[in-house]
Amino acid sequence: MDELLREFLTETSESLDVADAELVKFERDPNNREILNNIFRLVHTIKGTCGFIGLTRLAALAHAAETLMDKFREGMPVTPDAVSLVLVSIDRIKLLLAELEINEGVEPEGSDSDLIEQLLAMAALEIVAPPPPVPATVPVPAKPVGMGALVTQSLERELLPGEVPLDELERLFRQTEVEVPMKGASKQKLPAAPKPAALPAPVEEAAKTVPAKSSGKPILVKDDEHPSKKDEDGAHGTPVAAQSIRVSVGMLEHLMTMVSELVLTRNQLLEIARRNEDHDYKVSLQRLSNVTGELQDAIMRTRMQPIGNAWQKLPRIVRDLAQELGKHVELEMHGSETELDRQVLDQIKDPLTHMVRNSADHGLEMPEERRRLGKSEKGLIRLSAYHEGGFVIVKISDDGKGLDLARIKAKALENGLADEAELAKMSDGQIFRFIFAAGFSTAAKVTSVSGRGVGMDVVRSNIESIGGTVDVQSKAGSGSTFIIKIPLTLAIMPALIVEVSGDRFAIPQNAVLELVRVKADSEHAVRRLNDSPVLCLRNQLLPILHLGRLLGLVDSSVETTEAEFENRLIAVMHVGNESFGVVVDSVSHTEEIVVKPMSSVLRQVSLVSGSTILGDGHVIMIIDPNGLAQSVATTSEATAANVLASSVHADADADQVMSLLLFRAGSEDVRAVPLSLVTRLEELSQETIEKVDGRSVIQYRGKLIPILVANGAPAEKGVGTRPMLIFSHDAQVMGLAVDEIVDIVESQLDLEIASTSPQTVGGAIINGRATEVLDVGYFLSQAFSDDANHLSSKAEQPRLLLVDDSPFFRNLLQPVLKGKGYAVIACASAHEALERLAADNRFAAIVSDVEMPEMDGFSFAEAVRGKLGMTDVPIIAMAGSNPSLAIQRGRAAGFTDCVAKFDRPGLISALQEFTGSAQGEAA
Amino acid sequence: MSKTHSDAEKAAGVIQYVTVRIAGQLFGVPIEIVHEVFTPDRVTRVPLAPAEIQGVLNLRGRIVTMVNMRRLLGLTSTGETKTAVGIERHGEAFGLVIDEVGEVLVLESAKREANPANLDPRWAELVIGVHRLSNELMLVLDVERALSRLGARRTAA
Repeated sequence: MDELLREFLTETSESLDVADAELVKFERDPNNREILNNIFRLVHTIKGTCGFIGLTRLAALAHAAETLMDKFREGMPVTPDAVSLVLVSIDRIKLLLAELEINEGVEPEGSDSDLIEQLLAMAALEIVAPPPPVPATVPVPAKPVGMGALVTQSLERELLPGEVPLDELERLFRQTEVEVPMKGASKQKLPAAPKPAALPAPVEEAAKTVPAKSSGKPILVKDDEHPSKKDEDGAHGTPVAAQSIRVSVGMLEHLMTMVSELVLTRNQLLEIARRNEDHDYKVSLQRLSNVTGELQDAIMRTRMQPIGNAWQKLPRIVRDLAQELGKHVELEMHGSETELDRQVLDQIKDPLTHMVRNSADHGLEMPEERRRLGKSEKGLIRLSAYHEGGFVIVKISDDGKGLDLARIKAKALENGLADEAELAKMSDGQIFRFIFAAGFSTAAKVTSVSGRGVGMDVVRSNIESIGGTVDVQSKAGSGSTFIIKIPLTLAIMPALIVEVSGDRFAIPQNAVLELVRVKADSEHAVRRLNDSPVLCLRNQLLPILHLGRLLGLVDSSVETTEAEFENRLIAVMHVGNESFGVVVDSVSHTEEIVVKPMSSVLRQVSLVSGSTILGDGHVIMIIDPNGLAQSVATTSEATAANVLASSVHADADADQVMSLLLFRAGSEDVRAVPLSLVTRLEELSQETIEKVDGRSVIQYRGKLIPILVANGAPAEKGVGTRPMLIFSHDAQVMGLAVDEIVDIVESQLDLEIASTSPQTVGGAIINGRATEVLDVGYFLSQAFSDDANHLSSKAEQPRLLLVDDSPFFRNLLQPVLKGKGYAVIACASAHEALERLAADNRFAAIVSDVEMPEMDGFSFAEAVRGKLGMTDVPIIAMAGSNPSLAIQRGRAAGFTDCVAKFDRPGLISALQEFTGSAQGEAA
Repeated sequence: MSKTHSDAEKAAGVIQYVTVRIAGQLFGVPIEIVHEVFTPDRVTRVPLAPAEIQGVLNLRGRIVTMVNMRRLLGLTSTGETKTAVGIERHGEAFGLVIDEVGEVLVLESAKREANPANLDPRWAELVIGVHRLSNELMLVLDVERALSRLGARRTAA
């Protein structure tokens, strides 16, 4: 009984899934007899089996549904109400089945009379309206009566399972079978009827065998005449069984585990063979190896299931959703035969469903709006799947309104995921990706379907947990596409075995594009961009991750040097949308590894996704490519956030090599600007320049940004395009129109000559020629400060003493402070500053660097407080490397406040706090 | 799992302990949860893992997570892995790295005394009582708690 019940449960739930999908099709195409017959048969089989194993409550419900379906077969018009009712009944059946499974074969208490009544009422009601003039109706009137009788009987005799229902069933089946040839006889009416009616069980395997057996059909009909046949399934079970059998998933899992072990053992043998050169068993081993490989493939294939299995429920879900939301939705599915590992399939079922729901709910517009926009009222959701490399790509696209960039931005700000400046630097794609962040929902109103802010992050983590990636593309007004990339299987994968600091790791090979050996003088050189190492590979610049450092195997406090990368191997990886290089010490070989899950206490270790046993018996860790990609993303985010920070910091150290962008603007002379200060390079079409309040502006990413030319004047409208550098600071974004981008070079920045004009920091030798270095701060202040600022008399401005040994930093900070309404006097050393103060102490505040040669900031502050006796003047320290330490020491030395050196807003607000509202005076 | 065991034992009145020595101190581990005693070989360290996790190793095809008991008890580890006690928890194999394994003792559970109040809190978390033996004290190790603490501490770390 147990076995039987289990089989019944699996079979029935499969049948119901099919029924769901069929019903949705049926609603759209009520005249399709074939679909109708399919559904009828499904319900009928469920009813039959339920009766057979004594599940009276289920049988009664299925019967009522069947009665209504039968009416449809007789030509009763199919109303959406009726379909909904049948769907509700099917849902109830599912519910009962679920409880049945939990309660191990005991039907739950309760009655379905409400539904049964409705079903029967609908069946009885409408049969009167269109009387079906079909010869097949002759046995039919008898049938519902007979069945109705059965139902009441069974319901009353719940305690007597088996006996009575069996008898009744036999009779019923005979009736059904009689009905089939009868309908077949009326060929002019229903030519297709006998064929599907004679079909075997509605299980998938059965469906596959159908075409092959169409010739055997008459025999099957003859079979039907035998009264001994109890079950339609039984009649055709044998040929089906000959071609496919049902195997429990547990068995397959076990087989898979055994094969995994076999692969491991094979690997071990191969490892031994590698070490011992000549051996007799080499040939046998080779053979064993091949057989193991084939076996692995075959077992793998048994685990493969078409992705359509995960999609089966979707038509129904979309249909219900469309009704609920009042939208017209069409679901297209392509590539449902694409196969993937069932373990993977299970994992993506929910995410897929969620995403389709999302598309229907958020993506597609209401019909009226679609009409207004000139789209077809019916929204389209397209699902497609295909193989690519070792991956399955699943795309879910809709032709709706697309993601709302502005709203995502606003939400990202609100959730603190990024600030304005960061957002300004991001591409649309990066911004769209915020929807995968936790707690992120842009749905203005929460519907029962979506908009609760849980969802896409769960989708992402589900997909990432199986080594997949998810990305989104969107175009306003024409829809969005979600692209999921998932590995075919999780159990066994080819991996690159690498060594880092004496430890070996496995890197999944499908994430590795190529291996590159670093040579300083070759094209594969490691360069340093803003302190982060990058690999120059052909025309790409790839960020480099140092695996040893990431994993904490190398002391990360030790500075990276170019020499460290020399002659090392870099695995170039591509995960999601990130390409990056991973530095390893050596690569030993590739191996088919069997993935073993990490112990629960280690599962949270980032960057490691599992472990495996190598051929030599060692356990090694499997590096998680997604984890690596994430750390690339976070480092690049951090870099973006601290662009000013790190560059300023780096520049403060003398003789530091930095990247400079060389360009020409206004003259033949080459000018330079630190690359780290450039947010973006854009093409400026000069037609788009507009004038607002006397300034030249363009519309850039939904904002108006001022455009200047290299001498600080507003750019004029013109024709054609020219390159434009985008600078941004806080929420301020501006464009600098230039004539030509010359090059990007790495060079030391030694300012040889002091600046003579406000827009430059000074002159330097770059690439062997004199180059003006532009002062970005000047342009920013030029673009954003009011002219009044510059007109206000100096006497009214609070005076500020800026002490810093780095000319670059002095020149960078000065304009900013000036822009905020301070008169700035800069000193290059503490001694100079002390001299200055001794002569003239009318300063509103002193801003001093902490790390300076000869006399550092602390001694300077002590001298100001002590020797000069200036106890009231606020002294604000700018600490480079270790602000917290500086704060402690600084307080003791007499600093009023301490800000990080790169924290310009912090400095400004500290100044405002201690000097009173300087801005107010300036404005 | 260990809870049901201890329930059953309470009824019987006696518990069998495998004694192990960690940094000179004698500990007792209920014998039912000890699968085997083995000498760890070729332990692979796990990067970024908590310090108490010494690494993982392959024990006859199974991956065993090695827990350094000295570190778990807040003691300095010698770094040596001489002996380990293999246990199983929620279907996962663990190896508790200890200094040496002793004998099997049958002790009356009634004679188990509560932890002394001044026991190091780090230890008190992992020890559920003390048995007075003829010449020394044996602390009863709560392996379940020790391992669950491992997971909890990981998230904190």
